[in-house]
Amino acid sequence: MIPAAFDYVAPTTVEDALAALAQYGDEAKIIAGGQSLLPVLRMRLNAPEWIIDLGKIESLRGIRDDGDAIVIGAMTPHSVVGSDPLVAEHAGLISKAVEHLADAQVRHRGTFGGALAHADPAGDLGAPALALGAQFVIAGSGGTRTVAADDFFVDLFETAIGEDEILTEVRIPKHTGWGACYEKFVRVAHQWPIVAVAATVKVDGGTISEARIGLTNMGSTPIRARAVEEALAGQSLSEDVVRAAAAKAADGANPPSDLNGDADYRRHLATVLTRRAVVAATGG
Amino acid sequence: MTATQERPADEVEREIGRDRRRKEDQRLITGRTRWTDNITLPGMLHLAMVRSPFAHATITSIDTTAAKASTNVVAVLTGADFGDELGVCINAWAITTDQVTPTHSPMPSDRVSFAGEIVAVVVARTAAEARDAAELVDVEYDELPAALDLKKAAADEVLAHPDLGTNKSALWVFDSGEAGTGGNVEEAIAKARTDGIVIEREYRQQRLIPAFMEPRSVVVDPTGEQNTMWSATQIPHIVRFALAATTGVPESKIRVVAPDVGGGFGGKLQVTPEEWIAWAVGRRLGKPVKYTETRSESLLSAHHGRDQWQKLTLAAEKDGSVTGFKVELLADLGAYVAIVGGGVPVLGAFMFNSIYKFPAYHFACQTVLTNKTWTDAYRGAGRPEATYAIERIMDELAAEVGVDPLVIREKNWIKHEEFPFTTVAGLEYDSGNYEAATARAKEMFGYDELRAEQKQRRESGDTVQLGLGISTFTEMCGLAPSRVLGQLNYGAGGWEHASVRMLATGKVEVITGASAHGQGHETAFSQIVADRLGVAFEDVEVLHGDTQISHKGLDTYGSRSLVVGGEALVRAVDKVIEKARPIAAHLLEASVDDLEYSGGRFSVKGTDQGLAIGEIATAVFTAHNLPDDVEPSIDAEATYDPVNFNYPHGTHLCAMEVDTETGAVKMRKYVCCDDIGNIINPLIVAGQVHGGLVQGIAQALWEEAVYDDAGTLVSGSFVDYLLPTAADTISFEVDHTTSPSTTNTLGTKGVGEAGTIASTPAVVNAVVDAVRHLGVNDIQMPCTPERVWKAINGPGSGGATEGAAMPHFESGGAAGNQEQPGQSSTEGAGS
Ligand SMILES: Cc1cc2nc3c(=O)[nH]c(=O)nc-3n(C[C@H](O)[C@H](O)[C@H](O)COP(=O)(O)OP(=O)(O)OC[C@H]3O[C@@H](n4cnc5c(N)ncnc54)[C@H](O)[C@@H]3O)c2cc1C
Repeated sequence: MIPAAFDYVAPTTVEDALAALAQYGDEAKIIAGGQSLLPVLRMRLNAPEWIIDLGKIESLRGIRDDGDAIVIGAMTPHSVVGSDPLVAEHAGLISKAVEHLADAQVRHRGTFGGALAHADPAGDLGAPALALGAQFVIAGSGGTRTVAADDFFVDLFETAIGEDEILTEVRIPKHTGWGACYEKFVRVAHQWPIVAVAATVKVDGGTISEARIGLTNMGSTPIRARAVEEALAGQSLSEDVVRAAAAKAADGANPPSDLNGDADYRRHLATVLTRRAVVAATGG
Repeated sequence: MTATQERPADEVEREIGRDRRRKEDQRLITGRTRWTDNITLPGMLHLAMVRSPFAHATITSIDTTAAKASTNVVAVLTGADFGDELGVCINAWAITTDQVTPTHSPMPSDRVSFAGEIVAVVVARTAAEARDAAELVDVEYDELPAALDLKKAAADEVLAHPDLGTNKSALWVFDSGEAGTGGNVEEAIAKARTDGIVIEREYRQQRLIPAFMEPRSVVVDPTGEQNTMWSATQIPHIVRFALAATTGVPESKIRVVAPDVGGGFGGKLQVTPEEWIAWAVGRRLGKPVKYTETRSESLLSAHHGRDQWQKLTLAAEKDGSVTGFKVELLADLGAYVAIVGGGVPVLGAFMFNSIYKFPAYHFACQTVLTNKTWTDAYRGAGRPEATYAIERIMDELAAEVGVDPLVIREKNWIKHEEFPFTTVAGLEYDSGNYEAATARAKEMFGYDELRAEQKQRRESGDTVQLGLGISTFTEMCGLAPSRVLGQLNYGAGGWEHASVRMLATGKVEVITGASAHGQGHETAFSQIVADRLGVAFEDVEVLHGDTQISHKGLDTYGSRSLVVGGEALVRAVDKVIEKARPIAAHLLEASVDDLEYSGGRFSVKGTDQGLAIGEIATAVFTAHNLPDDVEPSIDAEATYDPVNFNYPHGTHLCAMEVDTETGAVKMRKYVCCDDIGNIINPLIVAGQVHGGLVQGIAQALWEEAVYDDAGTLVSGSFVDYLLPTAADTISFEVDHTTSPSTTNTLGTKGVGEAGTIASTPAVVNAVVDAVRHLGVNDIQMPCTPERVWKAINGPGSGGATEGAAMPHFESGGAAGNQEQPGQSSTEGAGS
């Protein structure tokens, strides 16, 4: 279907983009890859008067090594993130999650920052970003601020990004040498996850020194499975330990009910997938 | 056929049986063709529909002022603005004489009966402007209670159409005792209750959406003497007839064209409100108009399929010999009785007994009106439902008797030496060989090895269990002998028409009344003509779908094009040869009796003299030297009415893995051996089988149209209505055995629906078989992981799904100033 008419600007700098946002206020909407925004416009669920395209801002694109972190520009497409050797080496969980995200066409258009800013609780990048303790760099008219992952996801489709702000880049602390697995449960290949588990685990000489586990679609935002993390930390790796820890995966979760499964089924899935993800992340 | 068989070996390869690439694919795949939406006429206006967000409501007012004032809007029309010129959407098949049939206005002015029904149309200079203005049409509704649940609707708790006084449309009954085709089913069941086995089950045929690739589109040009409608339809001839019958415009003033059409699966076998509205608007304004639906509108308002509850009682002896089958159906019509809506379950009525020798059979179907989207034909139409019921319950019988499901089938099926066989439903199956197809399928499948693996997995308590599913299906297709349709009170015949035009340059134009929409008629029909007439494949042009060119026809559905349309074509070609014969004799100065026709040439026996059919066509064109009293034409036409239906069959075997921890299912292997008689083009057949399989598998595993308690379609986009892609399917192994049909010259049987009909029960049988030892004997379709997991872990078959969609495309954040259609009573524009 045809979106309602809108005007379009494509600034080449973040400053110009912020100025445009300031000028048009809540009449404007940012477009990154358009993979979530365009369906919204085409179904006429939203009709902004202005579209501000970030596609021409070169500084928002690319991945760089910044000492103890990997920095991913907001406008970097999924396909680039998924095949990047730095990401694979230091934030393997992200590479694994991107591999299963949508289909090749969407991965070529959709962006890392766009997906996180969209904050779909069923999106594949929130849980890995949360598990890895990502830092979100947000630019506004008053300058730049950094928001921790724990504070970034506010609610369904709601983040810490203000209406006059732009997510510019995401800093992912290096998790070099950590095992990683993204267990995504779907009915058909091109589907958003019904539930997914993002697990990254550091094992030293048979002992789990630290486990970080994020859950996708188990609440209105991505969440950490802290009870599992705590149950695993410091334990020597065994199937029983993992099974017992994974049984706590849904503790405190408040998953949705929809056509693909009710909340109880999702809670059950979370435990099975967590066990599998941790086993796989620890080389099992 | 004999002519071509006698062709010397060094001549061109026989066309029939050759896996020709489809001639139409180049243009279809590259898009270098005219789909309806590509048609742009001078001065053309565009339509947008305003649709009801409510399942059932009275329309209290419609304010079009703002919409009319919107940029480049030419008109905004509501039901009240039209009179009889709007016509009605017809039901062509009242299945009983007392069928309750609500009048179906394309645009009601007083009351809406399903969410998605059209209440106003906006006409503007561009499609975008029409859509913008549609959102400004202010409709006030008073909501009425809606009849949504099929069983409750059948009990008349809430009325879908209060004025009718009931939701029960028609009760259609067949009883073998009364028909004299078998015994009394109640006696068989009573006897089985004392000394045999009675299996009672209730199965759900969920509602499906045909989801053809090309959305429906219609262009109307009211210019000139004949008004033209282009429509993405399967049935241009029937649309023309129905337009004439309901709008008062003489049939001779109407031309309907179905240009290239991107799929239908039965979903474009309809006369639609959108077509009728476009026709009326175009004629009223005197301007060409176009309407193309959005995907959301397509899912919402194009007719749906299936949607039945099936109550089954099977009686058998202790050894598993079947003695009776009783079928009681509830079928959801939706808000209106669509063109063949009520007839769809009746097309299944003769098929529940399938390939088995039931001595007694009873079928009763109650069709029911609800406040949901109308239902009608969807690939298989009635036969998938029947095949599912019988093939599922034969597995249940096998489990009860304690034998392999193949054993129970073999015990009860018709043996190959028993053909032709008259069934308990009164049909005569002309040919078939269930033993041969099953033996071949078992061999391809590695049946015994997989059974051994299943046993081993069960014994070791593997978290992944293996199940084997069987479907030994048959179906009736090739719709249909006209006299049978007459007995069933159907409003038309089942013949097909073909004509052959021999052009002066030796090329051949073939016109068929079948209306292809992706099947490959142009290629297959060219092969038939090439062989039978002895001309080059490339020299044959197949024309169809335009009532000015193909003036006579009954279109494409019910796997009829080849077996009915192909036969008409054979007969037309034979007439060409017969018309050419005296001309050839005259030109060759030989006696007609001394001529033989082979390889496209008449030759004089015992000489090297001869004339090609193309040379005769040229001679006829000049007409300088023809015998006396012979018309200068060798063109010919034929109309063929089939003498019987056509009964393809096959054995489908499916292996499914079930992850008992999550309920996830995974297809491991799928083989099928179909007997579809002689094959014209193996490549096209493989395509039909593969596509058909995926559609049937999708019913088993993925697809379901779900409504919420308010009557809103929850699975209203492809995010929630799950269609499989290639990534979700495996490589199928397909083979054939051949028992040529004895009721058509080419010995062919239909294949368009076979895969869909057969595969659904094969998959569900496999899933149930994988977990039967865990106490499961049924899982409702689609077998979602949640349902499978709940079936394993608790009572019941995990029936209900939550009526909620995944909200991936929330308006969210800035400028979220538009409400979602369906949430606001004043915003009726369909999305
Ligand atoms: C068919 C299909 C299947 C999909 N399947 C999946 C899947 O399986 N898993 C999954 O995770 N995702 C899936 N997606 C969504 C995909 O990941 C999108 O790319 C992503 O959600 C949005 O990224 P985008 O760059 O396209 O953003 P856009 O659509 O352009 O924008 C999305 C939202 O974020 C805002 N925004 C974008 N960039 C910024 C920024 N830098 N600062 C502030 N706000 C910003 C926009 O204003 C908008 O509200 C699918 C999408 C489609 C179309």
